[in-house]
Amino acid sequence: MLDLFQKLGHKTLGRFAALGRSTYMLFGALVNVPNFKKGTPLLIRQLYMVGSQSLLIIMVSGLFIGMVLALQGYTVLVGYGAEDSLGPLVALSLLRELGPVVTALLFAGRAGSALTAEIGLMKATEQLSSLEMMAIDPLKRIIAPRFWAGFISMPLLAVIFSAVAIIGAHLVGVDWLGVDTGSFWSIMQSQVSFQQDILNGIIKSFVFAIVVTWIALYKGYDCVPTSEGISKATTETVVHSSLAVLGFDFILTAVMFTS
Amino acid sequence: MNIVMESDLSQSIVEVKDVSFSRGDRSIYKNMSFSVPKGKITAIMGPSGIGKTTMLRLIGGQLKPDSGDILFEGGSIPNMSRKELYEARTKMSMLFQSGALFTDMSVFDNIAFPIREHTELSEDLIRLVVLMKLQAVGLRGAKDLMPSELSGGMARRAALARAIALDPELIMYDEPFAGQDPISMGVLVKLIKSLNEVLGLSSLIVTHDVNEVMSIADHVIIIADQGVIGCGTPDEMRNHESPLVQQFLKGLSDGPVPFHFPAQTYADELLGEKA
Repeated sequence: MLDLFQKLGHKTLGRFAALGRSTYMLFGALVNVPNFKKGTPLLIRQLYMVGSQSLLIIMVSGLFIGMVLALQGYTVLVGYGAEDSLGPLVALSLLRELGPVVTALLFAGRAGSALTAEIGLMKATEQLSSLEMMAIDPLKRIIAPRFWAGFISMPLLAVIFSAVAIIGAHLVGVDWLGVDTGSFWSIMQSQVSFQQDILNGIIKSFVFAIVVTWIALYKGYDCVPTSEGISKATTETVVHSSLAVLGFDFILTAVMFTS
Repeated sequence: MNIVMESDLSQSIVEVKDVSFSRGDRSIYKNMSFSVPKGKITAIMGPSGIGKTTMLRLIGGQLKPDSGDILFEGGSIPNMSRKELYEARTKMSMLFQSGALFTDMSVFDNIAFPIREHTELSEDLIRLVVLMKLQAVGLRGAKDLMPSELSGGMARRAALARAIALDPELIMYDEPFAGQDPISMGVLVKLIKSLNEVLGLSSLIVTHDVNEVMSIADHVIIIADQGVIGCGTPDEMRNHESPLVQQFLKGLSDGPVPFHFPAQTYADELLGEKA
């Protein structure tokens, strides 16, 4: 019994220590005077690696999720003769929930794991140490541009995801199943509020961006620098950030959409 | 007293004073002291796992000693502010065992990297400096290759070129000869020696390749049992009376450092008796 408490205490302390180390890392990376001349090329490179490279998977997933959503929605709605409401159904579920959440999950798998593995390998091959010995702070040089790249690109990806998904829904709902295109768009327009739906979705996406990128960077930076340690860190990135995204999504939804 | 201090400073670039360091519960150094003379090649030798690399990280300020002091050009590394430490690090450089070249840039860009980061030189000038450094290590022809295309010995030479890119005053080598074939080993030995002479820098080599390093070192420090067990010129070390030093230098399999990892007696274990 005592043993159990001891283990529990040890685990809890470990968690808090990790939280402290990760906060320290993030602050070390972000709290400084930005150097635009040197920082901009680094940021652009990371925006390409983290953002542009994720475009394909985001767009393809968005298209299919939109098509499936329209198909499922139509079969239910048509039973009530309410298939004209397909537009707002699809748009609201995408803008409020699916867009930010699915983008964050895909981002964790596609870009988050890559960030962890890259930084973990840099640590294992002493590249981070060698930066330090060259009097260059790896937090500013390696961590900061990657964090900002994730922070900027994920909301953009979420917007693209939702847009492509709505096009997919239009393809299935209007072009295939024969919902009236006028009511598809006009009811969507009247039902979707910019502030309540679009803005809140984007805010969600910014929160997820911070969470996922932070976890990915920390796991890489703090990993045990062996092949086993890196593989464990990469897995943990995907698992922890997916869970964190779903948890935060619940909290944010509760705050934003209950009145 | 002051005069003695000053003459000490002019002679040694690094001074390690009464340093103790432990990792977790394991004590690595206990009250260790030694100094690294300026402008000379100093070798730190000792069996594997004795914490030689840790020593370099202590000097580089990546780790902090539990007690004691480390002076670099008279400034106390453990007590420096972050800014001062980074300032001091621009005057030292370290050659890592793996080379630690940045895998996402070419050899040329790797060597240009510290110059671009720390100076405002124009690209034309940087090109000249990089070519000079590459010429010094014989890799001018490999400037456009990526690190993954280099052999182990070439990667270490390229890393050496990067280490001298900013003309440091102290260069620390972490196991520069480990895993090298005889030819690239000979090349590296010659390079370290000639860089030391030509650039007038101080070299600190951590290694257990006794013969190679004894041939070029001016000063040898042997570490074992959490402290310095002998130091002096290579000749003095060869005639050192300590059996531990002799065992290490001659590579004898048994002696003060036992061949067997501590265990219960062989007979007991074979007969299945619990310790």
